[in-house]
Amino acid sequence: MFTIVDRRLNPSGKSLANRQRFLRRAKEQVMRAVRDASAKRGIRDIDMGGDIAISPDGIREPTLRRSSTGGQRDYVVPGNKEFMSGDKIKRPPQGGGSGRGNEGSEDGDGQDEFRFVLSREEFIDLFLEDLELPDLAKRKLAVTDAMDWHRAGYSVAGSPTNLNLVRTMRNSLARRMALHRPTGDEIKALRQEIDDLERTGRDRDRLEQARLALAEALKRTQRIPYIDPVDVRYNRFAATPRPAAQAVMFCLMDVSGSMTEHMKDLAKRFYMLLYLFLSRRYKHVDVVFIRHTHRAAEVDEETFFYSAETGGTVVSTALEEMARVIKERYPPGEWNIYGAQASDGDNALSDNTKTAQLMTDSILPDCQYYAYLEVGQEGMMPGLPYGGGPRETDLWRTYKQINAGGVLAMRRVTERKEIYPVFRELFAKDKAGQPAEVSA
Amino acid sequence: MTLTAFETAPLYTGADWDYDKVRRVYDAIEKVALGDMGLDCYTNQIEVITSEQMLDAYSSIGMPLFYKHWSFGKHFARDEAMYRKGQRGLAYEIVINSNPCISYIMEENTMTMQTLVIAHAAFGHNHFFKNNYLFQQWTDADGILDYLSFAKAYISQCEERYGHAMVERVLDAAHALMNHGVHRYPRRRGPDLRNEEKRARERLEHAEATFNDLWRTVPTKAGGASPLSDRDRRRTLLELPEENILYFLEKKAPRLQGWQREILRIVRHVAQYFYPQRQTKVMNEGCATYCHYRILSTLHERGALTDGAWMEAMHSHTNVVFQPEFDDRRYGGINPYALGFAMMQDIERIATQPTQEDRYWFPDLAGRGDAMGALRDAWANFRDESFILQYLSPALIRKFRMFHVADDARDPEMKVAAIHDERGYRAVRQALARQYDIAWAEADIQIVDVDLVGDRKLMLEHHVMNQILLEEEEARAVMQHLANLWGYEVVLDEVETPGATPLRRIIVAPRVVLGGA
Repeated sequence: MFTIVDRRLNPSGKSLANRQRFLRRAKEQVMRAVRDASAKRGIRDIDMGGDIAISPDGIREPTLRRSSTGGQRDYVVPGNKEFMSGDKIKRPPQGGGSGRGNEGSEDGDGQDEFRFVLSREEFIDLFLEDLELPDLAKRKLAVTDAMDWHRAGYSVAGSPTNLNLVRTMRNSLARRMALHRPTGDEIKALRQEIDDLERTGRDRDRLEQARLALAEALKRTQRIPYIDPVDVRYNRFAATPRPAAQAVMFCLMDVSGSMTEHMKDLAKRFYMLLYLFLSRRYKHVDVVFIRHTHRAAEVDEETFFYSAETGGTVVSTALEEMARVIKERYPPGEWNIYGAQASDGDNALSDNTKTAQLMTDSILPDCQYYAYLEVGQEGMMPGLPYGGGPRETDLWRTYKQINAGGVLAMRRVTERKEIYPVFRELFAKDKAGQPAEVSA
Repeated sequence: MTLTAFETAPLYTGADWDYDKVRRVYDAIEKVALGDMGLDCYTNQIEVITSEQMLDAYSSIGMPLFYKHWSFGKHFARDEAMYRKGQRGLAYEIVINSNPCISYIMEENTMTMQTLVIAHAAFGHNHFFKNNYLFQQWTDADGILDYLSFAKAYISQCEERYGHAMVERVLDAAHALMNHGVHRYPRRRGPDLRNEEKRARERLEHAEATFNDLWRTVPTKAGGASPLSDRDRRRTLLELPEENILYFLEKKAPRLQGWQREILRIVRHVAQYFYPQRQTKVMNEGCATYCHYRILSTLHERGALTDGAWMEAMHSHTNVVFQPEFDDRRYGGINPYALGFAMMQDIERIATQPTQEDRYWFPDLAGRGDAMGALRDAWANFRDESFILQYLSPALIRKFRMFHVADDARDPEMKVAAIHDERGYRAVRQALARQYDIAWAEADIQIVDVDLVGDRKLMLEHHVMNQILLEEEEARAVMQHLANLWGYEVVLDEVETPGATPLRRIIVAPRVVLGGA
């Protein structure tokens, strides 16, 4: 009379399609919320999913409802204590208070924002939408795990699933014909003849012959197999490595004493985004972290982001270090090389010429794209033309003079909330080909 | 009772459940439900799901399969956020009005909860679905799942063919008008859901088979040959007035394409399917709660439930039927479980142990003896509004200490119109019944006319009751959807009496015409 069904193993995520439709619908608001969220978060959980709140503008579901104010209404409510009929009661203050019926107060989704949880994947997808490394031109056969499998003829050995039946049968047919293996029809005809001859009893010679022929035929059938191992053919598959674009990103960060905590925070955030973007979007991107004061060193990720060091500022050391690493490990002919540098713009005065020279001579020619991010003191207007506002920094002026032909892009940020827009600007899909020379 | 007490050993002990226990418990419950109580149920199908799947089910309004739309994703996102934060628990069960009747139980529940849920959903709700006249009249339990699977496939086909955005717009518009897409009175024939798919297919095949592009080029009769100046003639022709807005659009909107009409039809059918549920919340939950209480207490009396299990079940039960008073912070309207359960018990009391007052108020029912017969009769033939009007007894009004407050926006204060005393019983009962009358709760909106000779303006009227107008911002948004579907201007007049000058007029021109080439 009843059945019990275990649905627990049914695929979950039945509402995924609805969720995607919802996210698509609310995309603009969600994107805005995601960007805001990224500015508020700590560096470590910049890529986490989590609570976001969006305005319900685009996702209202209007219905024809009677207004919750005005007119004559009747309520029946439980829990009378002292009222007698004819008593007057003050209206509860805020529209849907306790003295009212179940209209209005129940579905009072009066909040201004709609809150829900984004998963980490969704968050990052929205976060990194439409970003791309510019000019990923040099493609090369690399040692990668990506293999393309394709059919490559036939082989005599293989797994049973790859057995090619048509080939096998064709071979076996040819062999059977060549070796004169009697067919089923021939044997049947002989048997028929023998039967007929036995029944009629005429032509004993012919009967004897037929019997001999049948015995011979059966012997041949036994000796010559229907399908022989030599007939069997398998589909052969061959693997070819897929050409992949190899890319390396150099992250150069100034950690000298002139960088305030705020500036370092900005720079680190920028690199966090960059690192997140690279590691999510490109499987085969190497990232080289170089930090410098008056000395430069290649460091690992952990040190780069989380350890402290101070000193003077000599930018050329970092560029030298970068050039060295390129020479040692990343031949420019095979690698797409990118650079990102973050600094407060300070440099030892004597070093400027050397820096410019290094850039023009060795770094920029090897690079596909080089982004320079100048982090400023909080409160400084980033968009101000530098003539009127604070003076241009040494490094900015140096880099501005370099004619890089679109390879060098420069931006300034002073506040957390600018990081993400600037980052997008630098790596936006459509603009990526021709980065603007100077933002200001 | 005394003879049967302790006649059986407990069906199970401990909290964990397994299929064997569920089977044993189901059989025991069935014996009580069908034997002692005389319930009449669809075949049951009990499905075990995880809490995640329960959340999934929420998002498609409890149905096992449903078409895709962003609004379900939105509800899911909110439910999920609230659930994860612990602001809201999950329902113990979901039950679907279908044949076989599907009830979901969650794997996290204890054996006692499963017992409670089976008694509540698989027998209580199930009996109500099968026997209540509204469900019989308006829903087709045999065909609903087939129809939904057709709807789902049809809409996803449309998405493939015409693009997500186009389908989404039609669905948005249709959902906005969903509550005004039901027939309130039976027509010649109740909707036969199972044949709908066949008919839709045949209609399409016929249209394709008889397609002739030439028809498009045939000049139509010159306009104005027979001017329909007579309003009545025009209204007869268009079968106006019409309160089922979606139905009218499906049949008469000039610019919609076939697939768009079909989508309106799907939404309309779904609305119609849920129409009885909206009218029977108190009764439906009351019936189910009464059933689980009665079944479990019978099992306990017979020794089939341990004392511990009984206490656990009663703990959940009392939580469910808790009614906070109006000045309580937790008050959120009258709890349909509480009111429904109390009324069912009250009917049982009146039938078996009536007081003098009951004999005066319910001469037919009082002392009738056969409580289950009376209840089954009530469950079959009433909806919330008529049920309360018929069965709410003075004793219960006193128990809940109900009072009736009249609130006129023109007066500075509200007035207590009636309380739980001799003079007030009838007024309280009537006011409460009206609170559950869907015709009072929802705006009465009708399509009254179409300007056929002019600019094809669609005219609607809202018959204002008690001077309560529509929520203006929302009404405008809905009218926008309506105008997009209709393809021409839409006018909504809010009038107090037909023909009077409107209190407010909302005019909306289409922004994105959904139909047409």
